[in-house]
Amino acid sequence: MRLNPRRALDSPLVCGTLGVVILLCVAEAAGRVGIVPTVQFPLASTILVEAAKLAADPSFLADIATTFTGWALGLLVTVLIAVPLGLLLGSVPPIERALRPLIEFLRPIPSVALIPLAAWVIVDPTQMKVTMIVYASMWPVLINTVYGLRDVDPVAKETLRTFGFGPLSVLLRVSLPSTAPFIATGVRVAAAIALILTISTELLAGGSGGMGSFIILAESSPAGVTLTVAATFWAGMLGLVTNGAFVLAERRAFRWHTAKTGAAQ
Amino acid sequence: MIRKFVTAVLRLWIVPVVLVGWEVVTRNWAHPFFPPPTTILPHMRDLWFDGPASRLWLNETALANFPPSLGRLLTGWVLSGVIGVTLGLAIGRSPLLFRFVDPIIQFGRALPPVALLPMFMAIFSIGAKMQISMIAFGIVWPVLFNAADGGRTVDPLHLETARVFRLSRAQRLLRVILPSALPKIFAGLRLSLSLALILMVIAELFSTNGLGYQLRLAERVFDPPGMWGAVILLGVLGYLFNLIFVLAERRVLAWHSSARHRT
Repeated sequence: MRLNPRRALDSPLVCGTLGVVILLCVAEAAGRVGIVPTVQFPLASTILVEAAKLAADPSFLADIATTFTGWALGLLVTVLIAVPLGLLLGSVPPIERALRPLIEFLRPIPSVALIPLAAWVIVDPTQMKVTMIVYASMWPVLINTVYGLRDVDPVAKETLRTFGFGPLSVLLRVSLPSTAPFIATGVRVAAAIALILTISTELLAGGSGGMGSFIILAESSPAGVTLTVAATFWAGMLGLVTNGAFVLAERRAFRWHTAKTGAAQ
Repeated sequence: MIRKFVTAVLRLWIVPVVLVGWEVVTRNWAHPFFPPPTTILPHMRDLWFDGPASRLWLNETALANFPPSLGRLLTGWVLSGVIGVTLGLAIGRSPLLFRFVDPIIQFGRALPPVALLPMFMAIFSIGAKMQISMIAFGIVWPVLFNAADGGRTVDPLHLETARVFRLSRAQRLLRVILPSALPKIFAGLRLSLSLALILMVIAELFSTNGLGYQLRLAERVFDPPGMWGAVILLGVLGYLFNLIFVLAERRVLAWHSSARHRT
């Protein structure tokens, strides 16, 4: 059987792999030919070798574990705080109206600006990390929950009410399930923000370990740029894997929802 | 009109309540890290806003730090906007190109932009070049991704119509594809603007001027009111950016929502 070149170009996997390989080859060639100085921009092959070495380095693996644990813990606390709060705000409009200006003022504060302040107040690095993650990543979850509740089918709610269900049952049986896809989207966005904050706190507030401190220490080491870029590569991989996991989980859990609306995301 | 204004103001009743509550709690607590707002605001005035009225009350420190910060932020944002929209539309219109670069875009989008700081410091060494390129590289992904999405989902009927009327390639791009992708492009630009502010602060923490530097300075000389002042200033800046952007978006996309109502 011969490989049909036409067919091969229709496959996202083949094209994607080719795209990455081409990019790496161009970067490698540019360095080898001397278009870009290799001192500033290390060769692609050098970085890949370094990244492979890092994957076998137990201290770097421990740093990945630290970052991942901090991220997961922070995200968990975020969900535990933001979802109930969102449900409260979404089902009691007067509270939502009252708090809205406050939320609008707090949300745009760049969370990284709070890191030095938090580093003074909270001594324990994990606690500090979790606090910063919660502050920065609760907004998408909170707002998506409120918007999702607004979108609940009123007929379904009325139906349950007619059958004599109380407000809490209506919330748990109708509102929460139909809001769940919105909440999940919020959590996925929050997960990306949480990773940014995890690495930022590690970069800025030293002594906490994790990939952030590894990257900032790598910069001043003899292997300098190569080590930094290799570690940054793994930070990107962590982001890719965590985001991919959320997209996959969403697709599985809410197949009924995407099927209903016909939206494929 | 007046009634509308009054309701809008009344809706903000929570703001003075919170401010007074903040004042009372911090005054009674008297914790050095949590100064009351009546300490922070005069401190902010002394730091930045005791200049002459002709210069909007900005003093020397403010003039030495605010314009460079804003310049870097806006340059990085405009740069990423131009690159992101151009590349994004190209990728969105060509399914083959999209398949080739999709993994690269996904990787760039997933990469936490702050993790790039040491890399950019190592490559460019500290300076405006490093800050602007870091901001632009870090925030280009949402624009790129959204522009590609917008370019991909142009109504085929519109494209067919443009072809029937023999619109040239350039006309098709400017009159059909770009307008129909505009709402998504704006969503991407808005996200990247708030991200730009974060990256500006991060990039400036290791420099010698700018708002991020002021924040770092307040931390080094152990000046909690100065720190709170910088945080409040950045919050106000973020709020204003968002406000201006939403107003501009509403103007530019007015035709869009009205067109949607009609159909």
